[in-house]
Amino acid sequence: MSSPAILRHPEDSMPATAIAETGPEPVATPPSFGTLALRWYRLNRSGLRAIAIGITSLLAFLLVWHLLTTYRVVFFVRFTNVPSPLAVYASFIKAIHDPKFLMHIVLSCRRILVGFSLAAIIGVPLGLVMGRFKLVHEVIFPVAEVLRPIPAIAWVPMAIMLWPTNEQSIVYITFLGSFFPILVNTLHGMTLVDPVLVRAAQCLGARERSIFREVYFPASLPHIFTGLTVGMGVAWVSLIAAEMISGQYGIGYFTWEAYSLVQYADIALGMIAIGVLGLGSSLLIRGAGQLVMPWRAK
Amino acid sequence: MSEIPAKAPQGHIEVRSFSLSYDSIEGPVQAVTDTQIHVKPGEFVSIVGPSGCGKSTLLNAVAGFLKPTTGIVTVDGERVSGPSAERGMVFQQYSLFPWKTVRENVEFGLKMRGMPRSQRERAARTLLGLAGLEAFEKHYPEKLSGGMKQRVGIVRALATGPKVLLLDEPFGALDAQTRVIMQQILTNMWQRLKISVLFVTHDIDEAIFLSDRVYCMTARPGSIKAEIPIPLERPRQQSMMMSSEFLALRRGLMSLIREESLKAMGGEINDLGMRGLNIELHGQSLAEVL
Repeated sequence: MSSPAILRHPEDSMPATAIAETGPEPVATPPSFGTLALRWYRLNRSGLRAIAIGITSLLAFLLVWHLLTTYRVVFFVRFTNVPSPLAVYASFIKAIHDPKFLMHIVLSCRRILVGFSLAAIIGVPLGLVMGRFKLVHEVIFPVAEVLRPIPAIAWVPMAIMLWPTNEQSIVYITFLGSFFPILVNTLHGMTLVDPVLVRAAQCLGARERSIFREVYFPASLPHIFTGLTVGMGVAWVSLIAAEMISGQYGIGYFTWEAYSLVQYADIALGMIAIGVLGLGSSLLIRGAGQLVMPWRAK
Repeated sequence: MSEIPAKAPQGHIEVRSFSLSYDSIEGPVQAVTDTQIHVKPGEFVSIVGPSGCGKSTLLNAVAGFLKPTTGIVTVDGERVSGPSAERGMVFQQYSLFPWKTVRENVEFGLKMRGMPRSQRERAARTLLGLAGLEAFEKHYPEKLSGGMKQRVGIVRALATGPKVLLLDEPFGALDAQTRVIMQQILTNMWQRLKISVLFVTHDIDEAIFLSDRVYCMTARPGSIKAEIPIPLERPRQQSMMMSSEFLALRRGLMSLIREESLKAMGGEINDLGMRGLNIELHGQSLAEVL
């Protein structure tokens, strides 16, 4: 495939329609910047549309928020004390110059990093092994099924008893939140591995270890990454709850403390920070997934 | 380890007093019963039969995926006890590894054998070149057409230089034109490599066009109903499919299979209330009654 051919082809074959569509202006000689930009626009039209609509709806959200708070609307829900977007922006500017706020964020991120990584390091291999070896599955699955429905928040008192420091119990709760989605999805991925691929590997001379590494593992990767994405979401949910209840630092604690100190703008700031951090971490996982699974790229 | 595999005429497949049954709640179900087949070194042999007759079961037993209930499967006198790279297999669903590029797929068997990377890359490129696929070596299988996927599947199975190539309805999912081209490609490769081929299909034309010999199986429980040598000379051309010799073979095989297919369906039709139609089979085949 030579790119010049691709570039030239539409020019040669359909100048008439191109003129008709672009309006009165005649077509520039070689592909000019204008035609290229137009072509790029046509190819990416639907994506651009989505971005434009997305930005508009975010702006509309801000506007509604602004109006509701400046007019202190009370209609079932009371917006009397809700901070306005501008107030939140002001406290954001103040906060980014405040080392304490940054420390809250750094600490939360560190807890997520440790808790989530542990969950992935234990959950993924365990899921793989459970999917491959029936006995391991039969032994571990019932226990996992009993523990799984317990929300991480319900573990808070137990975690405080179990672990010597507050920090450890918070990390433990974060770990628990992400562990089960990772384990269950990995296991699910293993059950969906196409047995024909395993047979294909076998009659190419692959033995157990190679089949595990070359077939089961890559075949399960899409589901593993689903598990990691879901797990990351639940990790943040669990972390924030744990920080609000038992923490001294962290963005969840910051949000709760703002309420106690009647710093209303900081409540919204904390919430938005949590949202942005959650979004960022799931984007990171998606990016990692695309790196690890190039065959799934479009 | 040779880079372009296998020339020695090896790969004598023998299946003797073979039967295979599996357990169900109603007791053991016979899939294949009392079957003998053999493939001489370098021979191209097909198995045809009505659907569900156990031809794939038989092939899977030769591959080593299934253990015979009775009887024995040997290749060059050695008993088959499990899958091995000595018996390459091509599947109907292509079964390429989606996470590997075309070249990595072809390299897989060599990698399992411990061949160093640079060497197996070279070998895979040579093989892909023979199949006209070198331009696609870096593509993932998803991007290929069905015909290309199956060419990769065949090349991958041949890369390790197996003694025997087993194909399970490999062109069943392809359109008619692609199928004809694939048959030609397979014939070329087989003639070049002098490898024994056991080919399962339900397409009679395909079986005759490709094979030295065709086994026709009975309806379930499957056994060998007939063994038909195909004396058409090689190399074979598409035009041969119009010759009277070809058509005679085709007619013969067709009626054999038709009989078995009707027998297989006859059971079902009977169950569904053939008696209501006032047709009684009296142990005859439905073909005879109709």
